[in-house]
Amino acid sequence: MRGTTTRGERIFYTVNNIFMVLLCAVMLYPVLFVVGRSVTPEIERALHPLRLIPSTFDWSGYSFILSSGSNIVNSYVTTILRTLIGTTLNIIITTLLAYPLSKPYYPLRKPLTALIVFTMWFSGGLIPSFLLNKSLGLLNNFWVYIFPSLVNAFNLIVIRNFFYQIPDSLEESAKLDGANDLRVFFSIYLPLSTAAVATITLFYAVYHWNMWFDSMLYMNKKEMWTMQYTLRQLIDSATVTDITVVGSSMDFIPPAETVRMATIVIATVPILCVYPFLQKYFVKGMLVGSVKG
Amino acid sequence: MKSHPVINRTVPKPSRGRTILRQAIDYRYLHLMVLPGLLFFLIFKYVPMYGIIIAFKNYKGAAGGFEAIMSAPWIGFKNFETFFNSLYCQRVFTNTIYLSLLRLVFSFPAPILLALLINEIRSNWFKRSVQTITYMPYFLSWVVVAGLLNTMLSPDNGAINTLIKMSGGQPIYFLTSKQWFRPILILSEIWKNIGYGSIVYLAAITSIDQEQYEAARVDGANKLQQILHITLPALSEIIAIMLILQIGRMFDDNFDQIYNLYSPSVYEVSDVFETYVYRNGIQQSKFSYSAAVGLVKSVLALAMIMFSNKASKKLGAQGLF
Repeated sequence: MRGTTTRGERIFYTVNNIFMVLLCAVMLYPVLFVVGRSVTPEIERALHPLRLIPSTFDWSGYSFILSSGSNIVNSYVTTILRTLIGTTLNIIITTLLAYPLSKPYYPLRKPLTALIVFTMWFSGGLIPSFLLNKSLGLLNNFWVYIFPSLVNAFNLIVIRNFFYQIPDSLEESAKLDGANDLRVFFSIYLPLSTAAVATITLFYAVYHWNMWFDSMLYMNKKEMWTMQYTLRQLIDSATVTDITVVGSSMDFIPPAETVRMATIVIATVPILCVYPFLQKYFVKGMLVGSVKG
Repeated sequence: MKSHPVINRTVPKPSRGRTILRQAIDYRYLHLMVLPGLLFFLIFKYVPMYGIIIAFKNYKGAAGGFEAIMSAPWIGFKNFETFFNSLYCQRVFTNTIYLSLLRLVFSFPAPILLALLINEIRSNWFKRSVQTITYMPYFLSWVVVAGLLNTMLSPDNGAINTLIKMSGGQPIYFLTSKQWFRPILILSEIWKNIGYGSIVYLAAITSIDQEQYEAARVDGANKLQQILHITLPALSEIIAIMLILQIGRMFDDNFDQIYNLYSPSVYEVSDVFETYVYRNGIQQSKFSYSAAVGLVKSVLALAMIMFSNKASKKLGAQGLF
């Protein structure tokens, strides 16, 4: 119907497109700005504060945070481990729990669902959880990153709602062939749910990758801080040495601002590389999860 | 009821105890699947709920853990009285409610507006690019966003203040200014969540019957009229549901955001329940007192959620979950 657009509509579309371009610029500019600054020599930063691409590149921030004795490497490894182990366990336990909760004939379905949904509305709060984790020996323990966040109720509902949509006939015919519930789950439900599992994998992985609060609460050893918490400490403090260096001192330490910018970049890039490819999944997952079908 | 082998098995009326045993055996695999998740919820969600009794006790065991809650002496509502009589009570309430209202007025409509505008993009690749780019900030942590904001807003050589200085103005200390801090909170929240928030509305828009627009155009309706009289009314139900949900989350404090951006100079305009509980409880080890403050918040939040859930059921949505 392009031929029938009126003049008013053409103006509307043009203005809208211009506005959208500006919006995208507002979204991207801060990120590009920080990326640029992470490779800008300090003098140039001061002389040309608005420049996105420096005239000479200064990689000292990156070589510093990736060198041996750098605590940022430790944080990075901690975060990667936490994301891999945490997300794997999240997915296993969440999907296992979601399957029985999606079966109308399972006698405990209603009480268990109520028990779980209630935790989305009310919680013991920070202090009792903190004391509990302390008593469980999770202080200064890597598993504090894993156990207290093993199942997220929202993600559980996303998966359960997805399981609802799988036709019962598949389960029935498999059962007639002698398969038990575990078989049905692993060889029918999981393979049919890759889209939903991808969605909550993204949600869980982003959670682990971005988490900083549990490091602040439970981790006294800076060697085991997560990336985000190390970054937080870097942003907060004027000097970078005590946060970024472990063991013997290093010969050269670049300006604090350079280290900060480079750390922001390496803490962010992995997520930015992954999310566009999972877009169709999280869009769908959000819709399945937000309103009961 | 679907035909399921377990259900169809005819059992000659056993006693109650036998039924439970029988169920335990019949559903053993399902029980097994539930077990780890159930243990998680009991240990990490329900045990802390029981621990709330610390709010009614005088917990002194700074070196102790959860079990020291049991042996601490009861003191009734004393912690609550201390909070309600303190200056901080008013500050925390005012900030929480004020920030929630600001969010409702500014942050809530932003994704709706964005969805309407994205929907009017005619080129498909451009539409997809705008979506991908606007979703991006949602995946950044507040630590990173705080880092970006510090860099952008720095009074020395931040981009914004450089522009202000170039046009002859004085640099503004955005993040430590009482006047600017709340607008910064709202604007940064919109920046981070506007794209992701628009997903729900975009999905609703795509289900609108396109013939309505054709008919309206034949009748001479312009774009604005089409949006006002076709798109928005079609979205009214989902907007109502999201609004009610948002009201239900009124006491959710956005701890991540505020904690990563605030500093003592702006406590007065930004200190909310969770930041106050954290500073008192974890940093100063006033466990009983801050658990009491936390409980006040949790109860208010629960009341709001129950209210909003009721309201959404009234509206015809089956309620969430």
